[in-house]
Amino acid sequence: MEAKEAFITPLPGRASDAAPGVATIDVEAVNTKGERALFASRKKVYAKRAKGTFRNIKWAVMIVSLAVYYILPWLRWDRGPALPDQAILLDFPNARFFFFFLEIWPQEFYYITGLLVLAALALFLTTSVAGRAWCGYTCPQTVWTDLMIALERFWQGDRNARMRLDKAPWSVSKIYKKVMTHLSWMLVGLLTGGAMVLYFRDAPTLMGELVTGTAPAIAYIFLGIFSFTTYLLGGIAREQVCIYMCPWPRIQGALIDKDSMLVTYRDFRGEPRAKKKKGESWDNRGDCIDCKACIAVCPVGIDIRNGPQLECIQCALCIDACNDIMKKVGRPQNLITYENFTSIEAEQRGGKPKLNLFRARNVIYLGLMMLVGGLMLAALLQRSVLDVNVLRDRNPLYVQLSGGGVRNGYTLKILNKLYDTRSYKLTVEGLKRAKLKIVGYDGDGSKAVLSVVPDDLREFRVFVSVDETGLEAVKSESAPITFVVEDLDDGKQTRRDSTFRRPAG
Amino acid sequence: MSDNHKELDEATGVHTTGHEWDGIKELNNPLPKWWLYSFYACIVWGIGYMIAYPAWPLLDGYTKGMLGYSQRAVVMSEVALAKKAQSKFRDELAKTSIEKIKTKPELLRFAMAGGKAAFGDNCAPCHGRGAQGSKGYPNLNDDDWLWGGKITDIQYTIRHGIRAADEDTRSNDMPKFGVEELLEPAQINEAAEYVLSLSGKSKDAAAAAKGKVIFEEQCAACHGDNGQGLQEMGGPTLRDAIWLYGRSKADVVKSIETGRGGIMPAWATRLDEVTIKSLAVYVHSLGGGT
Repeated sequence: MEAKEAFITPLPGRASDAAPGVATIDVEAVNTKGERALFASRKKVYAKRAKGTFRNIKWAVMIVSLAVYYILPWLRWDRGPALPDQAILLDFPNARFFFFFLEIWPQEFYYITGLLVLAALALFLTTSVAGRAWCGYTCPQTVWTDLMIALERFWQGDRNARMRLDKAPWSVSKIYKKVMTHLSWMLVGLLTGGAMVLYFRDAPTLMGELVTGTAPAIAYIFLGIFSFTTYLLGGIAREQVCIYMCPWPRIQGALIDKDSMLVTYRDFRGEPRAKKKKGESWDNRGDCIDCKACIAVCPVGIDIRNGPQLECIQCALCIDACNDIMKKVGRPQNLITYENFTSIEAEQRGGKPKLNLFRARNVIYLGLMMLVGGLMLAALLQRSVLDVNVLRDRNPLYVQLSGGGVRNGYTLKILNKLYDTRSYKLTVEGLKRAKLKIVGYDGDGSKAVLSVVPDDLREFRVFVSVDETGLEAVKSESAPITFVVEDLDDGKQTRRDSTFRRPAG
Repeated sequence: MSDNHKELDEATGVHTTGHEWDGIKELNNPLPKWWLYSFYACIVWGIGYMIAYPAWPLLDGYTKGMLGYSQRAVVMSEVALAKKAQSKFRDELAKTSIEKIKTKPELLRFAMAGGKAAFGDNCAPCHGRGAQGSKGYPNLNDDDWLWGGKITDIQYTIRHGIRAADEDTRSNDMPKFGVEELLEPAQINEAAEYVLSLSGKSKDAAAAAKGKVIFEEQCAACHGDNGQGLQEMGGPTLRDAIWLYGRSKADVVKSIETGRGGIMPAWATRLDEVTIKSLAVYVHSLGGGT
């Protein structure tokens, strides 16, 4: 993926040069104002390769995030023989979500809700602090588009070469380059979709099935969907997704303020912009030599010098491009940089930039995140591995027995969230002469050993009966009783209150 | 709305579209063409969909579509699939003797679930959703079984019914002592007092003593010498706390006068053996099964 040409083509001494040794790039922002048609044709963006600090950060983020995405489904986590050993598994057929030590049952979906709330708040905070940093560095659309552009550059060369190739008549070489580009995009799409389906079924098994053509149809369908959308959105649609499809650019306007650090052109330093002639002094002019390098590297094809705009994903590549130029022409770095409006205003008056991190907006977001995180942590720590529910029968409320006694029916549900089979004993307290019977177990129910297989729910029908003599001690039509479920392995008791009803009078 | 109305907006540097509503003008931030084309593509898709799938209501039905798709057919095939998925358990249930089912927990769970569903569909109208019964319709939760509470007894009763149109149906006949004038009203009163006295509810000891003689002559053959009931005859015990037709004196008198004899259909002709087995397991599990 090495660039096939230097970053700035040195063509010294031309009239169109922005400065001696720095060519002006013939490029125009895609969102140029002025007279427009009612429906816009897409202006193809030939993003030029950028080099520098932010480009390196973006490469690093891309490698880490893609590695995490591709490697995660292969991690194993031992949960005993009865359960899948995939560390992260969204097991839809069995309605379980496995996440390392944590296993989420459908009724515990609020953990996911909590995570989503936390993610939303983190996004708000990030935006408030540093604008659309999510868009610029970590959004999958950005990461994959970056990858697709790198592949395109590998096959077709950098900006100028690509533009020449598109203008050139069709030839064997052109067809080869185009076909290889699309094939490699499709391959990336296939790997992306492939990795996605691995999260939903045991990865090694599914991989084998996919290759041998024995995977479930749904796996191929989703593999196809993800492969195609990756190819379409990352390879072809690119900035169109950010500009026209994504709601986030519309929302962010409400989330940034004058203290948010945005990728900003410091116009008080750059203006008035003008081409720099050899020997010309830097006095009475801005540092911007109007070389348009910032536009050429922009993956959405805009001009950052027009100020903050909806299209800008804040990827900071224009900072790299401009710093490179400033170094060449011998002017200070950071004509384009992360800066907030407050600082710009201060600097225009000759003041110092100010980083106002601890403002109400940020503190509130952070506070909310800590609150939600704390609540989730508390819920997680209190998560029981044994859930016991006692549902008393409502129909009939009680059963008159022929001997004059009364019987009540209950449904006992035991949820064993552990990875091994557990045995439990059930007893009932609070009622004299109460007899316990459990359907499926002969004899005295309080001696029965109830076993629940790993990671499952078992329902038991339980009858409590009191004979005529015992009934005399039951004063109320509805007497309190307590069911005690004891785990025979660790002796832990779980108590659940219920009532015992008898006929009136 | 011609081009003549287009103007440049100072604040944004963008032209307006020329559209104006009560002074509100629209800036021209153009929609991409691919968006417009995908809109057209959706219209084409929609037309194709209407041809391929059921779409338009007609006076006597609807347009069926070329693919012949129907949600009902989908449901039927899903039901068939579900039945196929259950076949493993159903086959095992068919093979396993009814007494052995409870020794196989998974099979028991399947039979209970199936039995519960079948009960709701077929039995609940008379016996109630919770099998709690009502006057004349036995409560299946209790421990009083006219025809036996063993699981095989229950299975037999479900199969052949009671006083049903089935050769092997369970049947007996409580005579209509009053209606058919087999007993005088005074005798009926005395017999009723005696029956009530069996569970200590009689308020007329003299009548009860006379009633004892009548009982031994007329009733003991089915209800037993001491009113303890005879299961082989289907004769209910008259000594316990459970009374299908009520335990007030008026109820007892009416039972003797008009006779009693509820009917339960024979289900063997309506339900398959596996369902009947499941029903028996479920009913037996309700708590009264012996």
